[in-house]
Amino acid sequence: MRLINRHPGRVSATLLGLLPFLLIMLIYSLASQERLAENPNDKLLPGLEQMTAAVDRMAFQQDRRSGDYLMWKDTTASLERLGIGVAIAASLALVIGMLNGALPLVRANLAPLVSALSMVPPLAILPILFIVFGLGELSKVMLIVIGTAPIMMRDVAQRVRELPGEQLIKIQTLGANSWQVITRMVLPQVMPRLIDSVRLSLGPAWLFLIAAEAIASTEGLGYRIFLVRRYLAMDVILPYVIWITILAIVIDQCLRLANRRLFPWYNAGGH
Amino acid sequence: MSFITVSNLWKEYGDLVVLENLNLSVKQGEFCTLVGASGCGKSTFLKMLLGQETPSRGQLLLEGEAFPGEPDRNRGIVFQRYSVFPHLTVRQNVLMSLELEQKPWLGKLFGSARREALEKVDTMLASVGLEASATKWPHELSGGMQQRLAIAQSLIMRPRVLLLDEPFGALDPGIRKDMHDLLLKLWQETGTTIFMVTHDLQEGFYLGTRLLVFDKVRNDPHDPQAFGASITYDLPTGQSDRQLMAHINDSVSQTARHQAA
Repeated sequence: MRLINRHPGRVSATLLGLLPFLLIMLIYSLASQERLAENPNDKLLPGLEQMTAAVDRMAFQQDRRSGDYLMWKDTTASLERLGIGVAIAASLALVIGMLNGALPLVRANLAPLVSALSMVPPLAILPILFIVFGLGELSKVMLIVIGTAPIMMRDVAQRVRELPGEQLIKIQTLGANSWQVITRMVLPQVMPRLIDSVRLSLGPAWLFLIAAEAIASTEGLGYRIFLVRRYLAMDVILPYVIWITILAIVIDQCLRLANRRLFPWYNAGGH
Repeated sequence: MSFITVSNLWKEYGDLVVLENLNLSVKQGEFCTLVGASGCGKSTFLKMLLGQETPSRGQLLLEGEAFPGEPDRNRGIVFQRYSVFPHLTVRQNVLMSLELEQKPWLGKLFGSARREALEKVDTMLASVGLEASATKWPHELSGGMQQRLAIAQSLIMRPRVLLLDEPFGALDPGIRKDMHDLLLKLWQETGTTIFMVTHDLQEGFYLGTRLLVFDKVRNDPHDPQAFGASITYDLPTGQSDRQLMAHINDSVSQTARHQAA
């Protein structure tokens, strides 16, 4: 049988999927053991013991200086910035994207600007944001907005333009005015596509969040990683990276489920 | 005065002549079927009736007035596909027509107005045979059911003209027959003027009161774009016989071969 026609069963697919994770863990723990055997104070590849101790210190014990549970404080600070930033970006993307997609006059006016903005490397204007908005929360949220909104705007506009032309004609023959075309045909059909777009933008959003926190912050997951880097504290950095990854997966899956629940017609192939 | 008047109508795209010198007069309540080879301007003519295209020369009048330049609620349309809204259930699809009309800003009805509208919707659904599928999504319906829905959605607006662009082209022959019966029934009930484009000459002969054959009279083998199509036969149905149908069929398929060459 040709390779392209051989499909794994349920169990073997799960096992095949798990295999790379297990391999990485195995290789890591072997390397870590070897280094620790040579030098028990090695910091580069901490073992499970050191890492759980670090997590216990960061997440379940009060910080001696501030009295906070640092990992939770970092998590809420980061998630708040990420949430506000992505929410603003998605709202902007929805409004501008829909107008760009549905109204040729607006498209002629705004689409070139949106395309140009989406080409600006967001990190290059981070200094400008710090100068204009100061080093507080606003500049970090703005970086996420500027980094993700233009691309989502283009995506939403494209999705609007992909709606079948027949539908657009049909709703006009039902007497709809432009406002009704946008609110009753375009908006409800573009919402699930916007959620898909947000899911794809979450990667860049995390990137910008951590970059902004690394440069100027007093708390946050990115801030902490870059802070403890000075002490080569891999036992903190590695759990933080894993924690960020878990958060990202959970958010992505929540959005996926929300999309399924809210728009049953979309995922059943009704588009 | 006739309901729809077409006089000396031309449609050209640059050098490409699609329709030349069309003359036609249609009374209210007629059921015209448009047949012909592909590329002979049937759909273009339908788009002009819809307001999606404008004539290059000549006149197209609805009760003596020029046709509006964009689609409006006087002219309903059913396409071959994609003419129902996937994000609304069957009932909501039909209800939306009424909501758009009554609520220019909100686009939604509530309370007793909604109940009244829903009664109308359910009557309409029953007359196209969709009452059992009222709560389904369009993607759960078969192709024939979707076309029933598209027809119901248009007809509830009581359009003065109903335009059908190969509405049954994608359906199985058995289902097509049911759809013909349904369409004739609805036409008799509503008295709407209908234009229907079809590839199927048999369907053109069977349905409707009038058959319009779009065909090219002249053909330049060196420049196939030079001449457009016009209406070569304009027959009241019932007069047609087998021989005539065979003749039209020959002529149409000859044009189709020229187009392909």
